Amino acid sequence: MTQAIDHVALLPAYLAAGTALLALLTDLAVARRAATLAVTAAGAATVAVAAWAVGTGPVRDTFCLADAPAACSFRADPTSALVATLFALLTLGVLGLSGYAVRGLPAGEYCFLLAASMTGGVVLGYSRDLITLVVALETLTLPLYALVGLRRRSVDSAQGAVTFFVVSVVSVAVTLLGAALLYAATGAVHLRALAAALADGVPGELTTLASAGAVLVLAGLVFKVAAVPFHAWAPATYDGAPLPIAAYLSTTSKLGGVVAVVYVVAIGLQPWLDVVGPALAGFAVLTMTVGNLVALRQRRMVRLLAWSSVAQAGYILAPLGAFAVGTGRTSDALALAVTATIAYAVFYVMIELAAFGSVVVLRGGAVMPAVSLASLDRSDVDGGEIEQYRGVARRSPWVAAAFTLALVGLAGLPPGLAGLFAKIVVVRSLLGGGAGWLAVIVALNAVIGLAYYLPVAVRLYGDRAAAEPAAVPAERVAGPGLRPGWGAPLWSGLALAATTVVAIVVGFAPQLVLDAAALVAG
Amino acid sequence: MTAGQVVLILTLAVPAAGAVAVPLLPDRVARITGTGAAGLTLLASVLLYAGRGGTSLEPAAPVRPWHSVRGDWAPGLDLQFHIGVDGISYPLVVLTALLTLLCCGYLLGRPDGSRMLVALLLAAEVGIVGTFLALDLVLFFVFFEVVLLPMYAMIAIWGGPGRRAAARKFVLYTLLGSVLLLVGVFVVVAAAGTADIVALTGGGQLGRGTQLLGFTFFALAFAVKAPLWPLHTWLPDAHTEAPTVGSVILAGVLLKLGTYGLIRIGVGVTPEGAAWAATVLGTLAVAAIVVGALVCLAQTELKRLIAYSSVGHMGFVLLGIATGSAAGIQAALIGNIAHGVITGLLFFLAGAIKDRTGTGELAALGGLRETAPGLAGILGFAAIASLGLPGLAGFWGEVFAVVAAIQRGSPGWTVLGVVAAVGAALTAGYFLRLLRRVTHGPPAAVPVAPAGLARIELVAWAPLVGLTLVIGLLPVLVLGMAYGPVEALAVGVGG
Repeated sequence: MTQAIDHVALLPAYLAAGTALLALLTDLAVARRAATLAVTAAGAATVAVAAWAVGTGPVRDTFCLADAPAACSFRADPTSALVATLFALLTLGVLGLSGYAVRGLPAGEYCFLLAASMTGGVVLGYSRDLITLVVALETLTLPLYALVGLRRRSVDSAQGAVTFFVVSVVSVAVTLLGAALLYAATGAVHLRALAAALADGVPGELTTLASAGAVLVLAGLVFKVAAVPFHAWAPATYDGAPLPIAAYLSTTSKLGGVVAVVYVVAIGLQPWLDVVGPALAGFAVLTMTVGNLVALRQRRMVRLLAWSSVAQAGYILAPLGAFAVGTGRTSDALALAVTATIAYAVFYVMIELAAFGSVVVLRGGAVMPAVSLASLDRSDVDGGEIEQYRGVARRSPWVAAAFTLALVGLAGLPPGLAGLFAKIVVVRSLLGGGAGWLAVIVALNAVIGLAYYLPVAVRLYGDRAAAEPAAVPAERVAGPGLRPGWGAPLWSGLALAATTVVAIVVGFAPQLVLDAAALVAG
Repeated sequence: MTAGQVVLILTLAVPAAGAVAVPLLPDRVARITGTGAAGLTLLASVLLYAGRGGTSLEPAAPVRPWHSVRGDWAPGLDLQFHIGVDGISYPLVVLTALLTLLCCGYLLGRPDGSRMLVALLLAAEVGIVGTFLALDLVLFFVFFEVVLLPMYAMIAIWGGPGRRAAARKFVLYTLLGSVLLLVGVFVVVAAAGTADIVALTGGGQLGRGTQLLGFTFFALAFAVKAPLWPLHTWLPDAHTEAPTVGSVILAGVLLKLGTYGLIRIGVGVTPEGAAWAATVLGTLAVAAIVVGALVCLAQTELKRLIAYSSVGHMGFVLLGIATGSAAGIQAALIGNIAHGVITGLLFFLAGAIKDRTGTGELAALGGLRETAPGLAGILGFAAIASLGLPGLAGFWGEVFAVVAAIQRGSPGWTVLGVVAAVGAALTAGYFLRLLRRVTHGPPAAVPVAPAGLARIELVAWAPLVGLTLVIGLLPVLVLGMAYGPVEALAVGVGG
């Protein structure tokens, strides 16, 4: 039997895959780093535009079951468009940040892998069955194993890549096992069909099987979100990866996990929220608390950001968990919870990208004392110790201001209005969903969060003289060839500026994000 | 848009524009610009008094703003940009604008490049005035949070030797308060379906359970800010370590965010909760008065003593609020203003003394009456005003609070009133001890230079001295405009 395929619905995915190929070809043909980056960036921008354009059209379903037309694997609706656009834009942002850091890395492979990962993200947005979902998520993750390990001279990088690889493969296996158990119990992999089967009631002897399946699917997916207790890979991997890839991991990759969890929970497992809900609430509480407490003790910048992003994952999951354990489970309440989760995730990825962007620009542009002239290999620049950022505001006031704004935003305080509204969104949905206790835990965690974000921000404005004696002599820091302008991290700076401007705009107009997130909730 | 609405928006827009512009300008110009912005803000806030008659549009509402502006900001968060001014908030708005202007003016006379301090003062002013003006619960919370980081930076960057620890303690404590406020806000909003303070005042839409839960969060949040014993421990460190202008703003208006919030939101939105917790609140307030006074009697450092005296004074304000009666809330309002004016002045003086002598230790000071008679005179005036001498501003708040407590009639409240009165006597004790140590006695070994008062100091302090006298003689200036709104609130509590 032949199946009709709606190629318009697939257009963004085609474009994303094409971008990956084009990046590789450009590198072969032109062999200029700038050209490869520019082509990939143009491709990512095209994907964003195409996804948006397809999303504004009618809803398109394709790859549907012949006997059950409602059960489709691929669905182009506003939700999918939003997710795909976000992935494309985030990739664009990370590419901008990469302009500087990829100097020591093979540009063609770098861009190809990044675009391939973006393809996974775009497909993820459109996927509506468990298998497509897992394949898309793996397409998103697989190129990252290689990207994390790209810092050739660093043992940390290789270690990070191996950790990431092993943990990730195990998590996929767990998710697939869960999907298989669900299929065994219900005979469905399509999310809607699964929901219908669960709503009809699973035969008594299969209930345990289906419950185990549901929990396993979720456990595998929260690996990607780096939620406690499946978080241990994140700090080592982020710290080992090239800086832009760490930014990508903590934004795009995490967003992928969140989207997958939302799709599975809000569509597929919706009738069974009383099974998965308490699990999600438990993940959320553990994740935010452990993440914040461990972040308090970090001395390395990227590790601090990694642990903070673990904690943020807790806030992202909280509304879903709260909805599930709350009392009145109406579709309104579900929409509220999903809107809150997506809105928080969107606010978060913007601010997180700005934070990592600041680190990239600070580490790459204005040379840190610890990076001596001899070891100025761009590919080997990592996030460094937090102490090394002392006093950078003197040299780079604007970048320091952007970094401060991002840190304060992550802490959820004005002037980081985007972060403040993100915090409000979560607390509002928790109290609206009847989970006041969870709201109090989120609130207390916000206080712990400030206790580590603020000292970092303060250090940017600190006095260099008070830094450790091992600091490089002043002429080396401010020597003629090493001023911030040297090497012109122009694109990184522009990407950072653009991200910061977007974060400020949505800070003043949070309704933009809320409206977009409400699309997902449908 | 009426003229009143334009002026209302200007009271927020002018300091906000100033806070953005000042860091971009060269130091001297920046400080003059900042002071100009603060001056315009004061002018705008004073002008709000004009045209307050146009309020008969909503006769049924218990909150009747003189002028109000309303617009959607983020409907998805129940957040409306709804601001307005009435008799309860007006004096506090003017006080904030005045103290900010005086602080900016004071910085004009300082030699060092302190334009960032001016910018932070203006940023904090936006948050404080915004909190007083907000008529939407979520907006109230947003402005409440705006104040936090500018204040933190003021302490952490320009503070004394222990500034880091003090600033961290301040910011974590206050953030704890404000996240509890956030929870409380959405407890109310989730139940009522609106965040409009005008609609919510009176508590009619909320069940008893919601009101008790909401008030618990509000009371905790505002008790940290006010601060109420035993949640006050951030205050002495923060006030002592902050630079002079920081201490003035902290004591003068920041603490009022807590007491104002308790009146406007605690008593206004969740009156049943306020009535339910009145005894606990009153007991803690009286404990604060007595503990504050006893600690002050043992203090050896000038700024720390004044800081702890705030705990006691705010105790009187909180006692007034706890009674829930019209007289008690009136006492709280005038106590707020009086404390802002007098303690603001005291911190200016403490800063001046520390600048001149290099020490704030009471043991090292002495004989200021002979070495710097002008300074000693004003210090004597401020201290006597602060201890509540009749005829000066500090008197009314304390007396009315005690009277309101005794008017409640029950034996428990009478005991509270009597103990509070004893606390007032202790207050007199420690301020007289302060004067004996600092202004009287033989001149201390430390030199006082310069002995005279700079012109900028006189200009900065004269309005505060004047207001202390005027409010002391004519309390109706503050209370007259608040009479209607306070009666409406007291009806809600049933007091």
